[in-house]
Amino acid sequence: MAVDTPSQSVVKAAGDDVARGRSRGTGKPRRAAKKRSLSTHWYAWAMVAPVTVVIAVIIGYPLVRGVYLSLTNANERNVARSIGVNEIPATYEFVGLDNYADAITGGQFLGTLGWTVLWTVSCVAITFALGLSLANVLNRRIAGRSVYRMLLILPWAVPGFVSVFAWRFLYNQDNGLLNKILTGGGIDGVPWLNDPTWAKFSVILVNVWLGIPFMMVALLGGLQSIPGELYEAAEMDGANAWQRFRHITMPGLSSVSTTVILLSTIWTFNMFPVIFLLTRGGPGEATQILVTQAYKFSFEISPRDFAQSSTWGVLILVLLMIFAAIYQRVLRKQGEVW
Amino acid sequence: MTTTTPTPTANLPVRGRRSPLASVALHVTLITASVIAVFPVLWVLLTSLKPAQYATTTDFFKETTLANYTNLLNDTPFLTWFANSLLVAGLTTVIGVFISATTGYAVSRFRFPGKRGLMWTLLITQMFPVAVLIVPIYNIMASMGLLNQPVGLVITYLTIAVPFCAWMMKGFFDTIPREIDESGYVDGLTPFGTFWRLILPLAKPGIAVTAFYSFITAWGEVAYASAFMVGDENLTLAGGLQKFVNQYGAQWGPMAAASVLIAIPAALVFLFAQRHLVTGMSAGAVKG
Repeated sequence: MAVDTPSQSVVKAAGDDVARGRSRGTGKPRRAAKKRSLSTHWYAWAMVAPVTVVIAVIIGYPLVRGVYLSLTNANERNVARSIGVNEIPATYEFVGLDNYADAITGGQFLGTLGWTVLWTVSCVAITFALGLSLANVLNRRIAGRSVYRMLLILPWAVPGFVSVFAWRFLYNQDNGLLNKILTGGGIDGVPWLNDPTWAKFSVILVNVWLGIPFMMVALLGGLQSIPGELYEAAEMDGANAWQRFRHITMPGLSSVSTTVILLSTIWTFNMFPVIFLLTRGGPGEATQILVTQAYKFSFEISPRDFAQSSTWGVLILVLLMIFAAIYQRVLRKQGEVW
Repeated sequence: MTTTTPTPTANLPVRGRRSPLASVALHVTLITASVIAVFPVLWVLLTSLKPAQYATTTDFFKETTLANYTNLLNDTPFLTWFANSLLVAGLTTVIGVFISATTGYAVSRFRFPGKRGLMWTLLITQMFPVAVLIVPIYNIMASMGLLNQPVGLVITYLTIAVPFCAWMMKGFFDTIPREIDESGYVDGLTPFGTFWRLILPLAKPGIAVTAFYSFITAWGEVAYASAFMVGDENLTLAGGLQKFVNQYGAQWGPMAAASVLIAIPAALVFLFAQRHLVTGMSAGAVKG
């Protein structure tokens, strides 16, 4: 909306200029066009160069190295390192696909994968449902709308580690506010983070709390871009509230929803900080998702197992790429342009 | 757009026959949701105002004092960490906005060999788990002498923030009419000049969102910050706070005070950006 006023005047100016340019440049249009396309490529490449270089160096190389490590038996004891002045060369060996075979046939990877999928699906589904309802409510004329909107977006504005700290504080089994309230009401305190099942529930709750603002803002933007005339027309034709939602709101939101669902699925699947700071994957390994477990392999166990960590990392990447490809294909079949 | 009401609610159905009961229900829903959204943060604020020994009491107010804050500012390197974080997040924001805007513009306006590949790379980059990258990136930073340097963290954060920001900026630029670019060319501006002088000023909502996202990413990141920075004087807040828990035996009081102070800059950036958040995000995400 903010763009409207300036852009209209510029468009008008642009129209004038195009007219002038056309009358002037009738001489050699084709050569001019070709020349411009060359220079355009040059500019395009120059403009994307910084991103490309940074991604290639900071992501590309580590990725290649990670894939290589996943094919070896590298760990803390056999990688190149220096102790004092002595340089000890690397002694790890190439083991082919052994690590992958171990991961896929062993119970640990599949078990962790199962919980990771459950975590991702429940987080994304609940966040989307609540985000959509709140966006719908906020899209009505209602007193204090902007105040509500600001309060609801607040969890997004607070740094993640601060929010997680706040939640740990609330969840605290002996002194936390939640349990004080429960015991005050005559109910036994709940071991929020100390019981495997409750811990799973608690981490999902926190992640939903963190994720709603993004979802809500994106969907609210989508709702505001649906023309009001459609609703009026539907109402004239006697459509009820559900029918209006089903046949106007949902199609109108489909493009923004597909994007935010894809993004938040990827983000949730790899949501390191929430799990790491809230439970460190515990109790036991109950809330460990693939990413935190891979981190644990390379930083928290002894000897640090770089090969296994990389293997899990590569598998995460492969799974997400398969997911994105299927997602895109399904959307294409439904005629979505993405 | 036949109704030319200037308010953003112009596209809402003008029904106006919501019963009072429905209004009450809406307000109750919104108030409940707002309380849930705000409470955890508010609770930390209240805790920070209690004397440290009462940190875990459930009274809302108890002997309100600023002792936790003076303790934090005088007896810990908090201010140094704060300055480090500000530097890292500020640089990430400025550089991140600039390069994601140029990338987004190039992808939105030009057809060039490698464009599709770049779009895919930007998407795939977001799938990379920290756990795979952190060890190799650590090695790269070590060999370039960038460990313990703010620059090392800035570069790393750019790889997290830029792909998403570039996508969003691309979507936003897609909503700006191409005729404006044409007019720039006809007037003899270079493509970069067109971008800088004509398009960028029109893309303010998109830029606000991008800046907000980059800042929040850099300000709140934990894993890289704690792995790359060591030594009291180099830590950023994320790393510093962790150290603080261990060193002083998880004192909730000062921790809460630190959390409040950490949230302030983020809240300021948020206040500045929130006006544009809905416009910017929707344009970015709708066309994403």
